Amino acid sequence: MSAVLAPTVRIQREDFDVAAEIAGLTQGRSDIGAVVSFSGLCRDEQGALSALELEHYPGMAEAEIGRIATEAVERWPLQGLTVIHRHGKVRPGENIVLVVAASGHRQAAFEAANFLMDYLKSRAPFWKKEHRADGSEGGWVEAKETDAQAAKRWKSPSE
Amino acid sequence: MTTRLIYFAWVRERIGMPQEDVELPAGIETVADLLRWLQSRGEGYEHALQYPDVIRVAINQEHVDHREKISGAREIALFPPMTGG
Repeated sequence: MSAVLAPTVRIQREDFDVAAEIAGLTQGRSDIGAVVSFSGLCRDEQGALSALELEHYPGMAEAEIGRIATEAVERWPLQGLTVIHRHGKVRPGENIVLVVAASGHRQAAFEAANFLMDYLKSRAPFWKKEHRADGSEGGWVEAKETDAQAAKRWKSPSE
Repeated sequence: MTTRLIYFAWVRERIGMPQEDVELPAGIETVADLLRWLQSRGEGYEHALQYPDVIRVAINQEHVDHREKISGAREIALFPPMTGG
């Protein structure tokens, strides 16, 4: 049996470099045939938004994303997995979240990245607050039922 | 035993503090019991927890549902549905 891959999970205030993170998984290897990366960015909502403030639960954020990432490496044959989630103030156009999944073939990489994002949305302890361009505070972003439904489709019948 | 309660997002704002250490009275056995007891502690709590079904809970940094027993919990966090990603 091959060793189970240990995913990389980082929770950080600073921005990240998507290309560098992809290179970090593939450099010096010849067994990877597919890399899927997903980046989530902050939208400006047609000019109405000046920033998003991301609150998180330190400790649990790392632990919960770690649990989700571990489930992904158990379900799909991955050769690399990196998940980065930012907290603090993020401006329109900036990165919020990154998932990079590397595998021998594309299907596992696509599915694992999709699974990670669906689960992150409904289980990772982060909350977004809007800062409006007109200077008002805005409110907390409401959770979407469609995100909860998206996560449910990955459940196995036994769950 | 002292239990640390931690609040996030609008639960934190409505209760008016990020965390507190409490001595849970006898008879508080489950998460649902805890939410009922907290609601009786004042206006901020009542406002934060008026729709208990939407409140998400983690014990010792793991998600639990409202039927979960809380005995032995060091840290219980209450928060709204998550909106990361």
